[in-house]
Amino acid sequence: MPAPNAAPSKASRASTDDLARTCSQVRRDIIRMVHAVQSGHPGGSLGCTEFMVALYFKVLRHDPAHWSMDGAGQDLFFLSNGHISPVWYSVLARSGYFPVQELATFRRLDSRLQGHPTTHEGLPGVRMASGSLGQGLSVAIGAAMAKRLNGDPHLVYSLHGDGELQEGQVWEAAMSAAAHKVDNLIATVDWNGRQIDGDVDQVMPLGDLPAKWRAFGWDVLEMNGNDLADVLRGLDEARSRTGHGRPVAILMRTEMGQGVDFMTGSHHWHGVAPNDEQAARALAQLPETLGDY
Amino acid sequence: MNPFPKLDEKDTRSGFGAGLLEAGQRDPNVVALCADLTGSLKMDAFAKAFPDRFVQVGVAEANMMGIAAGLTIGGKVPFTGTFANFSTGRVYDQIRQSIAYAGKNVKICASHAGLTLGEDGATHQILEDIGLMRMLPGMSVVVPADFNQTRQATLAIAVHEGPVYLRFGRPKWPVFIPADMPFEIGKAQVLVRGTDVSIFACGHLVWRALQAAEALQAEGIRAEVINVHTIKPLDVAAVLDSVERTGCAVTCEEHNRHGGLGDAIAQVLACHRPTPQEYVAVNDLFGESGTPDQLLRKYGLDTPDIVAAVQRALTRK
Repeated sequence: MPAPNAAPSKASRASTDDLARTCSQVRRDIIRMVHAVQSGHPGGSLGCTEFMVALYFKVLRHDPAHWSMDGAGQDLFFLSNGHISPVWYSVLARSGYFPVQELATFRRLDSRLQGHPTTHEGLPGVRMASGSLGQGLSVAIGAAMAKRLNGDPHLVYSLHGDGELQEGQVWEAAMSAAAHKVDNLIATVDWNGRQIDGDVDQVMPLGDLPAKWRAFGWDVLEMNGNDLADVLRGLDEARSRTGHGRPVAILMRTEMGQGVDFMTGSHHWHGVAPNDEQAARALAQLPETLGDY
Repeated sequence: MNPFPKLDEKDTRSGFGAGLLEAGQRDPNVVALCADLTGSLKMDAFAKAFPDRFVQVGVAEANMMGIAAGLTIGGKVPFTGTFANFSTGRVYDQIRQSIAYAGKNVKICASHAGLTLGEDGATHQILEDIGLMRMLPGMSVVVPADFNQTRQATLAIAVHEGPVYLRFGRPKWPVFIPADMPFEIGKAQVLVRGTDVSIFACGHLVWRALQAAEALQAEGIRAEVINVHTIKPLDVAAVLDSVERTGCAVTCEEHNRHGGLGDAIAQVLACHRPTPQEYVAVNDLFGESGTPDQLLRKYGLDTPDIVAAVQRALTRK
């Protein structure tokens, strides 16, 4: 679908190699932000880096220089699992929504980069507060309905944690999106199998997740969220399935902590900041490709 | 003599339904959402007139609040409709994060508030909703007095920028506010001028306050009756102006004595002009099944209760 209003950004011509370099820098940003204030959520942020970079630097039809709350004539993105704010702030800054230097204010007093994202401080790129889990899908549905009412052909994207799917509101929302044929919506689940207290399968198993989303009336596809090529393929495929009467869900397999060897594959780094030595070890694995903030 | 004679008898929720339809006719961005209570909320006329702008969400109030918040991002003015209990307590965190903290222009419209819901009993008779809503930063709280005023309030909140909680009720109730009486959010109305006591009331109890003032007049007590239809932002100037002249206050509300109109006014008085105040409110209890009149009597919200509260207040001057 062409973008009638949003100007194509430079980023949309990015090659897969460019995106990979951006991923390395974004991961550095995540580690440095969380390390600097000794708080925040590195695990899910690292795991969703390829997805967020592909989305903001290749897939979204958006115009960071002309940010507006209503996002008319642009694709919209909502982060429902707001605790992975480090990765979102990094891609927002690096794609031009606000100065990269502002990443240094993450979680500090008087910052627009609150621990969890908010509209309250007027940070460009953020259209909803999130952090209390389970609310973002409803919001994305509302925004998609407004686009339809306004005759705006652009899409709404959202991202959700898998642990978050334990919130009942998510399934209220899933039911209603299918009932109202909200087919301009692509909801992605970060299917990393981890949550704060341990593995999702131990804390509260989700069962057959693809079958659940299908049973709720969604068009479901899967992708490997830590393989850039597969993320681009999956997002392309998801877009091609919009406009056919059903909302689209992407179940995205990722590893929590991906990109830093000692953080990968454990729930431990969900919400723990690395100490000085750990941060140095992590950064040594992540080339500085675009310049640290 | 009550200067506001009873004009008719209608439910305030029908005033909401009439106002919503009119708001929809005036502004194409007005949309409405309902959680399986379209008939009870009198939203059917809107749904019929604007089927594309009406969203049935089923019995899923949390989702309704989130969808409403999302709709504002595309410039829509969403009105959510369900019972007061399910409009507040059930969805407090959704309202807090996705509407109030996010500063979204959602109109939360709540029917069947208070004891006068009647026979359904305490599960549905929320008496804590005004308190819950007025604690949220940026949230306006409007509790109109009758059918005409609920219609006016619905139209007023449609053009007001920011989240609003609009509280109304189920039973047929006296209509006494003239349809053309000016209504402004945040501007209390002095319905009866008096010099001995200030009776501040909201919602259904405004009519009871007028009746009490009439009864007090027979005893030679001149009560001022003020309709505080907006509890937040509270008309502080009107409150202080009145007690400056009367020297004591009685607050009347179909709500728990904790957190509602009485506390809002007590806070103003404590901070600006310490004044004796008596509460006519539910005394930290849940309600029960019964007719509206029986319940108002049993829980101490009836006209004689207001008269008695005035007499107590007068002795404390």
